[in-house]
Amino acid sequence: MLIKQISVFLENKSGRLAEVTKVLGQNNIDISALSIADTTDFGILRLIVNNPDMAEKVLKDNQFTVSSTNVIAVGVEDKPGGLYKALGVLENNDTGIEYMYAFVGKTSDEALVILRVDDSDKAIDILTNNGIEVLSSDKVYKL
Amino acid sequence: MQYWNPTFECMPREEMARVQSERLINTVKRIYHNVPFYREKMQKKGLEPGDIKTVEDLKYLPFTYKQDLRDNYPYGLFAAPLSEIVRIHASSGTTGKQTVVGYTRKDIDTWSEVMARTFTCAGATKESIIQVAYGYGLFTGGLGAHYGAERVGASVIPISGGNTKRQLQLMKDFGTTILACAPSYALFMAEEMEEMGLKKEELKIKAGVFGAEPWTENMRKEIQDRLGIMAIDIYGLSEIIGPGVATECQHRCGMHIAEDHFIPEIIDPVTEEVLPLGSEGELVFTTVTKEGLPLIRYRTRDISKLNYEKCECGRTAVRMSKVSGRTDDMLIIRGVNVFPSQIESVLLEMAEVAPHYMLIVDRVDNLDLLEVWVEMNQNMFSDEVKKIEQVERKIRTELDSAIGINAKVKLVEPKTIERSEGKAKRVIDKRVLK
Repeated sequence: MLIKQISVFLENKSGRLAEVTKVLGQNNIDISALSIADTTDFGILRLIVNNPDMAEKVLKDNQFTVSSTNVIAVGVEDKPGGLYKALGVLENNDTGIEYMYAFVGKTSDEALVILRVDDSDKAIDILTNNGIEVLSSDKVYKL
Repeated sequence: MQYWNPTFECMPREEMARVQSERLINTVKRIYHNVPFYREKMQKKGLEPGDIKTVEDLKYLPFTYKQDLRDNYPYGLFAAPLSEIVRIHASSGTTGKQTVVGYTRKDIDTWSEVMARTFTCAGATKESIIQVAYGYGLFTGGLGAHYGAERVGASVIPISGGNTKRQLQLMKDFGTTILACAPSYALFMAEEMEEMGLKKEELKIKAGVFGAEPWTENMRKEIQDRLGIMAIDIYGLSEIIGPGVATECQHRCGMHIAEDHFIPEIIDPVTEEVLPLGSEGELVFTTVTKEGLPLIRYRTRDISKLNYEKCECGRTAVRMSKVSGRTDDMLIIRGVNVFPSQIESVLLEMAEVAPHYMLIVDRVDNLDLLEVWVEMNQNMFSDEVKKIEQVERKIRTELDSAIGINAKVKLVEPKTIERSEGKAKRVIDKRVLK
C-alpha cells in the first residue's frame, strides 16, 4: 500500500526544475503527480513516478540530491466533503499529516490525494477500516 | 618514562622566565650583529641590544613576517655563515617564493630534543618502533620526526609518505608501536585497512603523532577508534624549527610549547598589540636558542590562545589551543574579525555538512551581510522543509556562537562549489565602499 515518493532538492535558480524533468524524460520516466514546497532559497520537488527506483538512480547520477519517502495514495469521492471524510478520520485518530497534494487522476468520479503522515501503516489501517480507498503502489505507478 | 626533559618541561614559571630572559638577550645580540635586516629594523625603532633586559621587553622588538623571509630569499636572514649550516629545508610556496630555513648542528640538536619530548608524550621509549610516514625531503615533517625518534632511542622506520598497502604491511610485520603522519593520512590508512581486511587487533600500534594540517576532534575520535590508538596533536612550522614546537601530552588538553626554545605571544592581528592572558589572537613566536635562523616575533598567522595553568601531567610549559583559524584571509564584518577557516572548522565539526563552502560578503543599506553557502547533501536532505530548515538553523547557531556573527545560510546544490587542492577561492567580497 505504500507508495515510494521521490524528493529532489532544488536550489532556487532558473532552469533547475526543467533539468529534473529533462533527465526523467530522457530516461522514459513518467510523472504521475508532483508538488513543490518552496522557501525563499530552495525548493523540494516531490514526485510520484512509474519507476521510483530508476528515477532515484538517474537523478543521483545527474548530481541531484534525492531521497525517497513512503507516502500513501487515497481515493476520495469527487464531491464536496469528500476529502474531509479521509482527513476527518485521520484527525480523530491522532494521525498527523506532514503535507499532502492532489493527484492528476485519470478516473472520473474519484479524486486522488497523496498524503505524507508520521505513521503510514497506522494511517492505512485507519483509512481502510473506515471504508476509504487506499490505492496500491502497482495501481498508482501505472496511472 | 613520563617526561623527556623534566628540568625544562616542568620548570617553575619564574625559573622559566629567567631562562627565557637570558636566552633572549643572547639571541637579540646575535641577530643585531649578524643580520643586517634585524639591525636596521631595531635601529629604526631606536633599539640597541642592551635595551632588551628581560623577557618582558619582548614587546618592544619588531615583528618578522613571512614576506621578510621571501624578500631575503634564500639566505638573507641567516645568522650563521653557511659553513656552519648543516641542513637546509624549504616550505612549498603556493603564493610566492619558497621559504628557506637553515640549521646549524646545534639547531638540529635542539630540534631532535623537542621532537624527543613530543614522542615521549606519545609514550615512546627505547623499546618503541616508530613509523615515520611524514614526507622526507625539503618538507620538515619527515626528518624532524626521524631525528626525534632516534633521539629517544626508538627503532625508526623511515618509510616516508605514500604506498599505503606497504605501510600497513610493514606496520603489521615490523610491529610498529607509534605512527607519525598527517591526520588525514592516518584516516586514509584506516580505510585501506578495511579494504585489505586488516584488523586493528593484528597491529601493535598504540599511539600516533599527528600534525602538519588542521584536523578536528571528530577526526581524532575516528582515528582513535579505527586504529585503536591514542592520537596526539602536534604543532610546528618550518620557520620556527619544524614539527616539535608544541605537543599534546597524554591528557590531550592543549599543546605544550617548548618554551625554553620558543617564546609565544598572542597579539591582535590588526593593532599588533599583545593581548591579555587567555585571549584568542594571532600566535607569535620568538626563537631563543636557534643559531641558523633565529626569528624575532614571527607572525605565524595562526589563531590560538595560551593557557599558563599547570597541566595534570605535571608539565608547567604553557599550552596552546588547537589552531582555530588563520589571519591571512581575515574579513572584517560589522567590525568583527572573521576568518574563513573558523567557518570551515565549524562546518567540519558538523557531521551532516560537507566541508565545502563559499562566503559572500555584501553591504546593503550600510550594513555588512555575510552569506554562507553550504552544499546540500544526502545526509541532510529530507522531503520535509522543516527538517532542512532545522539544519540551516543549526549551522547558523553554531556559526553565531563560534564567530559572533549572524550569518545567512544558503543551501546550494551538491558539487556546485569549486573544488581545489590547496587554495580554493572561498570568499567573494561584493562590498563597495562609498
